[in-house]
Amino acid sequence: MEYIVEMLNITKEFPGIIANDDITLQIKPGEIHAFLGENGAGKSTLMSVLFGLYKPEKGIIKIRGEEIKIMGPLDANRYGIGMVHQHFKLVHNFTVLQNIVLGMETVEHGMLKMDEARKKVVMLSEKYNLLVDPDALIEDITVGMQQRVEILKMLYRDNEILIFDEPTAVLTPQEIDELMHIMKGLAAEGKSILFITHKLNEIKQVADRCTVLRRGKYIGTVNVEDVDLKQMSEMMVGREVNLTVEKDEAHPTDVVLEVEHLTVKSEHEGHTKNVVNDASFQVRRGEIVCIAGIDGNGQTELVHAITGLGNMSNGKVLINGEDVTKKSIRYKNTHGLSHIPEDRHKHGLVLDYDLAYNLVLQQYFDPQFEHMGFMKNDKIYEYAESLIQKYDIRSGQGPLTRARAMSGGNQQKAIVARELSRDPQILLAVQPTRGLDVGAIEYIHKELIKQRDEGKAILVISLELDEVMNLSDRILVMHEGCIVADLDPKKITVQELGLYMAGSKKEGGKHE
Amino acid sequence: MSNPKKKKNLSGTMGLASSVFAIFIGLIFGFIILLLSNPAQAVPGFFTILTGALTHGIKGIGQVFYYATPIILTGLSVGFAFKTGLFNIGAPGQFIVGAFGAVYVGIMWTSLGGVHWIVALLAAIIMGALWGFVPGILKAVFNVNEVISSIMMNYIGLYLVNYTTKTYTPLFNNLRNESNNVAVTAQIPKMGMDKIFAGSSLNGGIIIAIIVVILIHIILNKTTFGYELKAVGYNKDASKYAGINEKKSIILSMMIAGAISGLAGGLLYLAGSGKHIEIVDVLGSEGYTGISVALLGLSNPLSVLLAGIFIAYLTTGGFYLQLFEFSTEIIDIIVAVIIYFSAFALMVKMLIVKYQVFKLEKQEKKEEKEAARKEGV
Repeated sequence: MEYIVEMLNITKEFPGIIANDDITLQIKPGEIHAFLGENGAGKSTLMSVLFGLYKPEKGIIKIRGEEIKIMGPLDANRYGIGMVHQHFKLVHNFTVLQNIVLGMETVEHGMLKMDEARKKVVMLSEKYNLLVDPDALIEDITVGMQQRVEILKMLYRDNEILIFDEPTAVLTPQEIDELMHIMKGLAAEGKSILFITHKLNEIKQVADRCTVLRRGKYIGTVNVEDVDLKQMSEMMVGREVNLTVEKDEAHPTDVVLEVEHLTVKSEHEGHTKNVVNDASFQVRRGEIVCIAGIDGNGQTELVHAITGLGNMSNGKVLINGEDVTKKSIRYKNTHGLSHIPEDRHKHGLVLDYDLAYNLVLQQYFDPQFEHMGFMKNDKIYEYAESLIQKYDIRSGQGPLTRARAMSGGNQQKAIVARELSRDPQILLAVQPTRGLDVGAIEYIHKELIKQRDEGKAILVISLELDEVMNLSDRILVMHEGCIVADLDPKKITVQELGLYMAGSKKEGGKHE
Repeated sequence: MSNPKKKKNLSGTMGLASSVFAIFIGLIFGFIILLLSNPAQAVPGFFTILTGALTHGIKGIGQVFYYATPIILTGLSVGFAFKTGLFNIGAPGQFIVGAFGAVYVGIMWTSLGGVHWIVALLAAIIMGALWGFVPGILKAVFNVNEVISSIMMNYIGLYLVNYTTKTYTPLFNNLRNESNNVAVTAQIPKMGMDKIFAGSSLNGGIIIAIIVVILIHIILNKTTFGYELKAVGYNKDASKYAGINEKKSIILSMMIAGAISGLAGGLLYLAGSGKHIEIVDVLGSEGYTGISVALLGLSNPLSVLLAGIFIAYLTTGGFYLQLFEFSTEIIDIIVAVIIYFSAFALMVKMLIVKYQVFKLEKQEKKEEKEAARKEGV
């Protein structure tokens, strides 16, 4: 048996788009097979085909050399295929053990029998070094731990083929290292792993072979050893990609954004600790300042306080010297503040509006688009069309596509396009490249630097250390609501930055 | 090149197709009920539902429009709120307080002369808006579910109107236990409707209703105000992010919805067709029928207009069902089934649209290929 899973010449069409065009994916037993492609390249579609959620127009699926038809996820499970989704599918107020057995409970006379399940879970977690407390509630454990629960769920079901859908997107650098270890261990035990990602470093680190898709087409399968990062990214994007950000020295001038003693009290009753504690900093014209920090250290609240989406208990925000602390969001929007929000579905887009209406979300009342209270639809669609061209936003029906129907990467591009086109004085970009592929990341980074060079002030909040190191002219580190360091990216290493973020190092290099 | 505009239109016409489908199933179901309750008379009974409204020719059609007027507006009220993300179940309450406002002005302010009826209608609109304002502000400021608060407003409205009518002597007709007649000057002018639909109770109210439908259609689809209201309905957080005052939008939505229902009450009670505020403990059915009308019309103002007329047509026909020893409630059941199936119809609609788009694209591809071949030659 040369291949454990074979998807041969799969073609899947949707109205307006061929999501998979004659794609072949073959996985050998015991290998880690990377599956690489841009946003919207058709990776998720192919996985949905494998799980029987879509019926392909053409092509066959073979498991262990035998041609089969998969009718649905349960069917896939029977053939030993399991998947860790990008957004975990766990019941938050259940324990780890309960989540693992959910849907596979051992029952005797209608009563649950957890003892055997517990034994098996403990055995598995020891065998694969996936240490978790089986009685902890999901809501109490970290995201990294939750991911282990998802892996254990697959192992508990005796799955042989494990699919990881962008598993590192939510993890800290340390957790990513651990996951890489776990994956190698699983492969060593004979499991076959399909690793969906667009992070090239990780592929280089763990994968044996790599299959690349581009715009729904099969580009090729390569041995990871034989290619370098540059070649892989070229295969994926179809052109040469610059992996390191090229930029000149920054020449910061006037202060645009000034934050003074900003404090946000916790909204949870009984919490006395401030979510954001006395944060003060400035962002100048012509520089990119990054706020680095582990997720949940007050970055979200800080941004919401600055933009007005959330409350602040204390402090002042000034734009170009004008105190805008108490001004409305509309006022800030029209006086030089642009904001790429962290949560594109919650804040960034009205998913049921079409793309064009989303692209004028803060400008629909502008005389350019409004006349005596009426929308100038011609102008709006014209404007949308121009942004779609300029920023290469791909969608089924152009400006008429409902935002909901667009891929995540293109939704993000739409938001970036909208915010940059508003000609901001200060741009607040919260994880601007989250979930994007190398090509798009390169593009957005270039845009940000272009904006900087045009004299805009840019504040980036990012969880990605690479992004922080590459992009910023100055790094502020946030830890437990406080700004604990103001660093020069040229003078520190990624490791040092990691220590600051973890709170074990503070300004002045003193260890605690 | 694909043709997105064409596709958009396609899904629009499908909305109509799905409603027709719902109506069709609802009627079949109604026929089955007729069969079950009185097999011998089922066929003529069913025929009566379909054509009863036409029995008296032009007069009958006039009656249909007369019955349609208030439910078009309450349907519009509910549909408008739906479009902006709110469920205005308070239409019956807004309807009755609107009616009260109109009747009060109609009886008391007799010195107004020619503009009397206009002022009375304005009073209806203001009262309705006030009744929408309360759930609106509760929702916007305290995040109280508008369904609960507007149901409560329904009962507050009903009993307050009963109480005031009964205790304020000039309004009350003791003998008949209902409100007095409004002044003739407060009655809605016929606007020629009595000539076109001779013998019916129809008046200019239907024209006002149609104007309001068009007005709301324009507000929702063409103006930045509608853009804001709908944006808040779809996604409150993103609207806030965009700098829209989402609290103000919610309050205004509820007030407009209330105003439309209030107007519905005003138009019906000023029709001069013998409608009075009766002291009963039941909310007028026009308000709740509005929910059905909005659902059948998929909350789209222009479809709501058609849905209102259609339901009025069935109701008028159903009235004649009594000739065949059926109870008129059968009509209510049929309407309910139609509404029930409009939910399924949404599903059918999606399937049809998918199929049509697929066909359209196949055709486009074919054309493209042919064009390419021609170019090749």
